[in-house]
Amino acid sequence: MDNPIEKRRLELEKYFDAKSPFALLRVAQMKRAWKHKNRRELTWWENTYIPTVVTGIHLTSKHFFHNLNLHILHLFGLCKDQKAAVTYQYPEQPRPLSARTRTRHRLTKREDGSPRCVACMMCETVCPARCIEITAGEHPDPNIEKFPQKFVLDLGKCVYCGFCVEVCPEDAIRMDTGKLNTAEYSRESMIYDKKRLMDE
Amino acid sequence: MPKVIIDGQEIEVAAGTTIIQAADKLGISIPRYCYHDALPVSGNCRICMVEVEKQPKLQIACYTPVADGMVVKTNSPKVLDVRKTVLEFLLVNHPVDCPVCDQAGECKLQDYYMEHGQYNSRLVDVKVKKEKKAVQIGPTVMLDQERCILCTRCVRFTNTITKTNELGVFERGDHSQLDVYPGKQLDNPYAANVVDICPVGALTDKDFRFKCRVWYLAKTKSVCPGCSRGCNITVEWDKMRPHHFKKARVMRLKPRLNPDVNNYWICDAGRYNYRFIDENRITTPQLKDDLITWEQAIETVVKAIKSTKTDRIGVIASAQLTNEDLFVVGKLFKETLKVANVDYRVGQQPGNSDDFLIKADKNPNTAGAAAILGVPALSAEEIVQKAKRGEIDVLYVFGQDLVKLFGKDVVAEVVKKVKLLVYQGSNINETCSYAHLNLPSAVYAEKEGTFTNCQQKVQRIWPAFVPLGESRLDWVILSMIAEKMGTAFKYKNTQDIFKDIAATVDGFSEMTYEKLNDQGLILNKKL
Ligand code: SF4
Ligand code: SF4
Ligand code: SF4
Ligand code: SF4
Repeated sequence: MDNPIEKRRLELEKYFDAKSPFALLRVAQMKRAWKHKNRRELTWWENTYIPTVVTGIHLTSKHFFHNLNLHILHLFGLCKDQKAAVTYQYPEQPRPLSARTRTRHRLTKREDGSPRCVACMMCETVCPARCIEITAGEHPDPNIEKFPQKFVLDLGKCVYCGFCVEVCPEDAIRMDTGKLNTAEYSRESMIYDKKRLMDE
Repeated sequence: MPKVIIDGQEIEVAAGTTIIQAADKLGISIPRYCYHDALPVSGNCRICMVEVEKQPKLQIACYTPVADGMVVKTNSPKVLDVRKTVLEFLLVNHPVDCPVCDQAGECKLQDYYMEHGQYNSRLVDVKVKKEKKAVQIGPTVMLDQERCILCTRCVRFTNTITKTNELGVFERGDHSQLDVYPGKQLDNPYAANVVDICPVGALTDKDFRFKCRVWYLAKTKSVCPGCSRGCNITVEWDKMRPHHFKKARVMRLKPRLNPDVNNYWICDAGRYNYRFIDENRITTPQLKDDLITWEQAIETVVKAIKSTKTDRIGVIASAQLTNEDLFVVGKLFKETLKVANVDYRVGQQPGNSDDFLIKADKNPNTAGAAAILGVPALSAEEIVQKAKRGEIDVLYVFGQDLVKLFGKDVVAEVVKKVKLLVYQGSNINETCSYAHLNLPSAVYAEKEGTFTNCQQKVQRIWPAFVPLGESRLDWVILSMIAEKMGTAFKYKNTQDIFKDIAATVDGFSEMTYEKLNDQGLILNKKL
């Protein structure tokens, strides 16, 4: 009975009757009790909050003076090898991104401007947020065969995992636009269609 | 009878059995392209090679008959090496355009390559391009010659099963290509079966083309309601991505193996008979022009029935209903209300038929209706005539299109004479516009139950999804009426009803859903 998980299970079973109408409530109570039991009681000195407040002020001032001093030294051309925190004037001054950062998606194009995507629905399948919706159509060129009649990506749901890019066999979808500020006034305008994904 | 040992397991089989058949019996799956259970052996794909002890060369499992004392290895290094090589060879001229290929996900090239692939390609030559890419060779089938591996399954199907000989392999060597004979079309009534037997994406379904990917599909076993043969099918429907194909649920129907009924096959009419499941449905109860709630609808029916003498009630049931539904029809109208005018026999207009699968009777459950409702006192025709003469006040119709059967004038006359014409059905037809009250009911794909086919075989169907909109199962609607009349049936599900059928109807005795399983049982009067 040393296994803590087993111990907890037994303890829960003592109180928990799965058939009772209050079963869920009971589970919540048990969870709370369990958490409570394993919490250390605060001492009197800690209860005054003074030590915590002092630690906090110390930490903030440490950073403040550290950065202040470094910036002053930088002004005189000293200590250039040490980095100091900076403030970007976002959005006027965007923060530089690494080339590999996953940013808003785009659909790549063929030479004639049509999308490279062949509507294989791999990205739709793999997307964990279920935010891609593709409707396939028949392409007039039998060597292309299939193309996306509709390609809809709901950025309101997207978790920017990049799986869609990883899985695409045609290099048709990329997350390299460098745009991260997808802010809109409505949920509907977060939904990007084929045209917006290709041109914006 | 020869005894063989395959991969260490011994089995005794009839003389003349091939190694692949013996292995199938043991549950050992030997890869195959050209071999098909229901077709003559061709032996051209060579992927089924196995090692037989004391024989210097590998043997093809599909054509080598077993001999007593044979020891077969299906997984030795030599065999695995050959599989790899055969696959490499088959893929030499293959386009591998899986992203746009409808077969992807159920493609045997993909499946076997995952297991036995030569992952580092050694190919240096340019692929031989075939002429036809994505061309239609018949009303239902698309051909892509590049993807064809020339297994000739489809050719043998048209030669031996349909005997129509539309397909052939033309040219020689790596210029060989599959095609229809000049001037011919693959247009026999069973044409689309070649799509199922084609192990790759060379033959694909025109109807299913690009609708969705096969891995989105959920599969539910069912029975085709298209004719009294009752071919076993799987309803394949889109479970998770409702945006595909105009929000329809059913994407395609596929035949399901039942050696006694349809074997591997199904006719094209049955295969494409699924649009009515999602289209053109009645979704809300409707009294004349008003949409009403179920409570109001049931009240209307009960009020009409209660205020009418039983000999002035007419019921026209349908052999499209399941045994369970028909049993409840009989229980409500014949037993409880003592209505004599109950018939189901109107829909039996002779249609086309052949000596393979297609039957003239286009109802799936005529035999079941006969067993459960017995021989009716009055035929439906007579009931309608009676109604026309004004001798019927309440006419209750189950899914039968009276306008199509008896003509507009007759129905218009009937509607003037009867006080209430109830139409309980799943789809909108002309009779709906005449009926006073429309009750939406479920289609077969939404029902659990049984059909009895022309061979007297009782076969189960399973519900794929819930009834569309506000429509309800037929027996549920009837139970609601019974409850309102004060004679509740206490059925919780169709299983309860089937128990009742087994207990009371001749021939069904001792049948249960478990015993019927997915292959069905013959209705036996003396079981
Ligand atoms: S990044 Fe992830 S969540 Fe977003 S669309 Fe691609 S797969 Fe879906
Ligand atoms: S994975 Fe690529 S080619 Fe396939 S549908 Fe998505 S974007 Fe198109
Ligand atoms: S036939 Fe199979 S391997 Fe060939 S393209 Fe289609 S899915 Fe891919
Ligand atoms: S079309 Fe399919 S079934 Fe016919 S020979 Fe080619 S691969 Fe075989």
